[in-house]
Parts: sequence; structure tokens; C-alpha cells
Amino acid sequence: MLMPATQPSSEIAYNGSMKILVIEDDREAADYLQKAFTEAGHTAHVAGDGETGFALADAGDYDVMVIDRMMPRRDGLSVIAGLRSRGNTTPVLILSALGEVDDRVTGLRAGGDDYLTKPYAFSELLARVEVLNRRASAKEAETVYRVGDLELDRLSHSVRRASREITLQPREFRLLEYLMRHAGQVVTRTMLLENVWDYHFDPQTNVIDVHVSRLRGKIEKGFDKSILHTVRGAGYMLKSG
Amino acid sequence: MALSVPAIMKTTAARLSALYLLLFAICAVALVFYMTSLSARMLTGQTQETINDEVLGLARAYQRGGLPVLVRVVEQRSRQPGANLYLIADANGQILTGNVQSLEPGVLETEGWTSSPFSYQRFGEGELERQRNLPADQSNTQSDVQAQGEKGHNAIALVLRLPNQMIMLVGRDLGEPERFRAVIRRALTLALGMMGIGGLLIWFFVGRAALKRIDSVSEASRRIMGGDLSGRLPVTGAGDEFDRLSENLNVMLARIATLNEGLKQVSDNIAHDLKTPLTRLRNRAEATLSGKHKTTDYRQALEGTIAESDQLIKTFNAILMISRLEAGYSSENTNRVDLAQAVRDVVELYEPVAEEAGVSLEADVREAVFVNGNRELIGQALSNIVDNAIKYSTGANAQPAVRVTLERAGAEIKLAVSDNGHGIPDDGDRSRATERFVRLEKSRSQPGSGLGLSLAKAVMTFHNGRLDLLSGNPGLSVIMSFPVREDH
Repeated sequence: MLMPATQPSSEIAYNGSMKILVIEDDREAADYLQKAFTEAGHTAHVAGDGETGFALADAGDYDVMVIDRMMPRRDGLSVIAGLRSRGNTTPVLILSALGEVDDRVTGLRAGGDDYLTKPYAFSELLARVEVLNRRASAKEAETVYRVGDLELDRLSHSVRRASREITLQPREFRLLEYLMRHAGQVVTRTMLLENVWDYHFDPQTNVIDVHVSRLRGKIEKGFDKSILHTVRGAGYMLKSG
Repeated sequence: MALSVPAIMKTTAARLSALYLLLFAICAVALVFYMTSLSARMLTGQTQETINDEVLGLARAYQRGGLPVLVRVVEQRSRQPGANLYLIADANGQILTGNVQSLEPGVLETEGWTSSPFSYQRFGEGELERQRNLPADQSNTQSDVQAQGEKGHNAIALVLRLPNQMIMLVGRDLGEPERFRAVIRRALTLALGMMGIGGLLIWFFVGRAALKRIDSVSEASRRIMGGDLSGRLPVTGAGDEFDRLSENLNVMLARIATLNEGLKQVSDNIAHDLKTPLTRLRNRAEATLSGKHKTTDYRQALEGTIAESDQLIKTFNAILMISRLEAGYSSENTNRVDLAQAVRDVVELYEPVAEEAGVSLEADVREAVFVNGNRELIGQALSNIVDNAIKYSTGANAQPAVRVTLERAGAEIKLAVSDNGHGIPDDGDRSRATERFVRLEKSRSQPGSGLGLSLAKAVMTFHNGRLDLLSGNPGLSVIMSFPVREDH
């Protein structure tokens, strides 16, 4: 493990509270999720089957929905397809025990925005849900990202910190771009592998850590303040101060 | 083998024999009836023609000399032997001349062709008959005539009324067509009988032989089901369909035996490789619970637990994936994949890791090489191989280096990952390295699940390719061979 021991504890400042709908037929798992989301500062509602979940989702104004794929009465994919056909665009994260490439593709095709295979770490789920939050995803359109004194220009592919030019490899640029787009949010290793490298498997070695520490060297060396933080047991977060 | 009749009828051979027998019998009967009725009609037609000729001849005689000449000609012809019948009667039906002694009543009453064959008695025959039948009948009644008629002959005839109201009958005996019918009937019975015997013989020799073969196959399968997976079905060498069936079933049995063997080995390995971390997990939790600790200790213990269970999940996922790939995981998700790009991606992904380990990682790829496949799976297999190569290239004398090359060789595209480490000198070890959970002794100290190469091998099988491990002198070369895409 390459996590520096100097990092602060896991008290992570999540930006804003979300209203989350959890549609999951496993009572225990649903209760656990509700409790964990509440502890993280969000409001979570739980539906125990597809029909109830569909009714709740259709009526309520949720920021993110977490939907189990295999459920009694109505399966998750059909709930999502139903919601999408009624013009509901709330971001959806699909939870599934099916984890093959094809399963992921069918899940995303049905209208899901992200796909997580069981068993999962709650930190992974929370990080993904925070990133999906529709109120936080307005950054797509911006051409220049700024975090503290770090600045990334998506058009000219240039990066500066405190007006000093930093040269990055193409992949390092994409890595930083993703981290900056989700600045203030926890980004997990698998999220990075999926979004920067477009791979969905678990590498045997933690290759991502090495890439991140290399990037960290480039954007932190020679500056007083650290800006790319390691979040224990979860991933990374780009945050000023 | 003693079989009761119902048991015999339960065998396919007996049922088929019976069915064929029935079908052939129906066909034969239908054919014979058709031919008989056709021939009978033809014979009747011929008879009628003969009668017509006869009538024409008599008419000419009548024209020549009137009634006396006609009677004379009739008497003359009646005396000649043959099947023709002649009769002249007065207006009341009283027989005047001819070779008919008596006939069924009513025949003379209607003019023209008799509608159906009638019975009659020829002149001279009635006497013999009557003497034989003697004391039985006292009265020469109608029933007597009928009885005699039934025993007598059948005929058809043309009945004409002469100008002086006398009746003339010209007919022909039906003995010949009836004999013909009898012959046919006998032939039919004989044929049906022979068919029955033939059916039984066929069933006995062919059916029972097949039955015996099937019995021996069921016997062998019962043995195999009983647990003797090394048993095989008998193959006689005749090359018939039974042999082909047995051969195919034997190939299937061999496959089952291999899978079974694999399963046994995997369950042993799972027992080891999953139970070890599970035990560690449990021990850690237990040790943390007993005794007083600081909060940071609990935190550390829980973090260790999570890391350990993550490793378990990884192993578990890899096992599932390998089984799915090996079970013939079918995917609509294959398309054109550029292997050169896949190599560049993976090398780029691992380059910092290699640099940190002091290993030089180089890729020798130039133009795009396309195969049919799944980018994700190929990426995963290749990264497992590169990961291994980086881990095992160190330790030898030379500067550790890993090289990835991509080249086309005949009908195959070879993607090779070579290192210059110690390699796997032993041939047996090398071929075992891709088996599930096999970690060669030397490598036990390195982290890993022992599933990396097995997964890569399963991915190559999925792509209709091969995974070969060659000794690199020094080091190891792992070669992924893909079939060349056919559509260009």
C-alpha cells in the first residue's frame, strides 16, 4: 500500500446533503445503507420492492437513486426503464450481483448511470453516489477547472499552479482533469481506472496508486500546501486547504 | 434373457417390427384387392364380348332359316364342350332345348343382361346330383333347385325374346374368373403369412442384436453412473451408428472426467487459498476483541479486516470469471479490438509500477492489428501477464527488463510478454503454471491469488486462442496467440 501515513483522519467534508432513494429487497442491506447514508449527512428513503420503489421515485424529488437489479415484483432494470420513459432523469446507480462485462453493458443501456457489483465497499458506493449527484454535475460544460491555486485549461491542455506551468503526460492530464471535475469529492481507484483508463477489472497490483503518486509529485513538488489527498480506505480527493 | 410379451413389446425393435408388418400387410391387401377387382372387371367384359359374338352368330342363323335353323344351330352348339350356355324356352319359361337343365327362377323374366351372376345346372349333371342327394328330398321344389344351383355353377347371360314370344338365353359359365379369384386369395394368404414370419425373423435377428447393443450400453452407463468415471462404453469397431454414438458419449465422459478432476483440484485449492485468509481474518478479529486496546488499534484491526476481505472478494470474482469463461461464456460484446492499442494501454498503465520496481518495460508495437474480441478481457489478461512479468523479472543478474511484442505468424497473431528473470526452468512446472491456484513454490512469497495466469488462459480460450509459456533463456515468455480475423 502506498498511502502516506501523514494524511488526516477519515473525516471527510462531503459537499451538501443529498436526498437518496434506495430500492433494495434485502432488508438488512437496505437498513445498513440507510443508516450509512444518514451518517454521511444525507437523507435516505428505502423501498423494499420494485413496485413501491417505482411509485416513490415517480412521486419524490430525489438527487440520486440506488437500485438493486434483482428484486421481487419488478426488477431493477424495468423500474429504471419505466422511470426514463416517463421523463425522469434522476441519476441511477445499479447494484448487482451480476458483474460480467455484458451485465454492466445491459444495465447501463437500460438507463443506469453507474454500475456497482456486490459485494461492494460502502466507501465505494458513497463516492460514486456523490459523483452522480445531479446538483454537482454542472462542471461538464466548464472549460477551465480551478481548485485553490491549481488551474487546468481543457482547451489548451495546460496546467498551472500559482502561475507556474506544469507539464503532464496525456494520461496524467486526463487523471487530473477527472480529479478536478470532482474536486471536493472522494474518487476511488476503480472510478479512476474506469473513467481515465476505461477498464473495469481489478488490477493485481495497485497501479492507480503509483499513477496518482506520480501526479502528486508533479503538482505538489515545490509548493507548500498539499492539494491531492489520500482518503483512507476509500480513494483520493483533490481539495485546496 | 427371458422377456415377457409386454416387456418385448416395450422394446423399440419389436414395436418397429410390428408397425412395419402392419403397414406392409395393409398395403399388400389393398394392392391385391385393387388388382383382383380390376381383373374381374376385365374378365367379365371379355365374357360379355364372347356372348355378344355368339348372339350375332345365332342371329345370322335365324335370318337365314328362321326358327327351325336357329333351334338346330342351338342344339348343335349345345352338344359341343365348352363354357357357353344356350337355352330356348317357350313363352311360359318351359325349356325346349339347349344345354341348361335348370336355372334360378326369374332369370328368364327380364330381357337383356342378367344383372348379377345366377346359378344354373347343366344338362346331365342334375341327374347325378339328384341321385347322390336321394332320399333327402322328396319334392322337386324351388328350394331344391336353389340348393343345387348353389352347388352348381354361376354364369352370366343375355336373355332375348324371339319374335314368336319364345325366349332365348345365351350365356357363359363364370368358372374361369372364379378360379382366378381363388388363386389370388390363396396367394394373398400365403404372402401375408410369409410377411408375418419375415417380420418375426427380422425382429429376432436385427432387432434383438440392436437390443443387445443397447443393453450393453445401458449396462456400461449404469456402471459409470455408479461412480466409475474411468469406465467407457463398448465400441465394437463396426463403425455403425451405435459405435459413433458410443464414441461420442466416450468423448463426453472424458470431458466430464477432466472437469470433475478440475473441480476436485479447485475445491482443494479453494479450501487452502480461501480458508487461509478467512482464518487470518477471524484470528485478527478475535485478538482485537480480547484484551484492552486503544481506539487506534481497533481502527487498524478493522482496516486490516477490510483489506483482507477485499482480497477475498477479488479472488472470488476471479474464480467466478474463470468458471464463466470456461463454461463457454457467450458474449455479444465482442467486436474489433486493436491489439496494438491494447498493448500500449496496458504498458502505459504499468509503466510507473515497473519504473518503481526498477524494471524497464518496453513495447514493440507499430501498426494496428485487429482481432475479434473483448477489449476488457484482453486488457485484463494482458495486465495479469505484465504484472507477473514485472514481479518475476527481478532477482536475476541482469538489469530486469520486460518486453511486449506483437507479430503476425501465419494464421495467428502472437502477443508475447518476455522477461529476463529466473523464468520457470522446469517444463512440468511451466505447464502447471496456468492451472488454477497453482503458485510455484518460489513464488509463494509474492502477493497474488495464483489465478492471474489461469484467468489469462481462460480469456485466450474464450477468444479461440492459446496461452503458451516458453522458456526465454533467460526468463519466461508468455505468448497469447489469437486467430487472425477472417473478414478482411
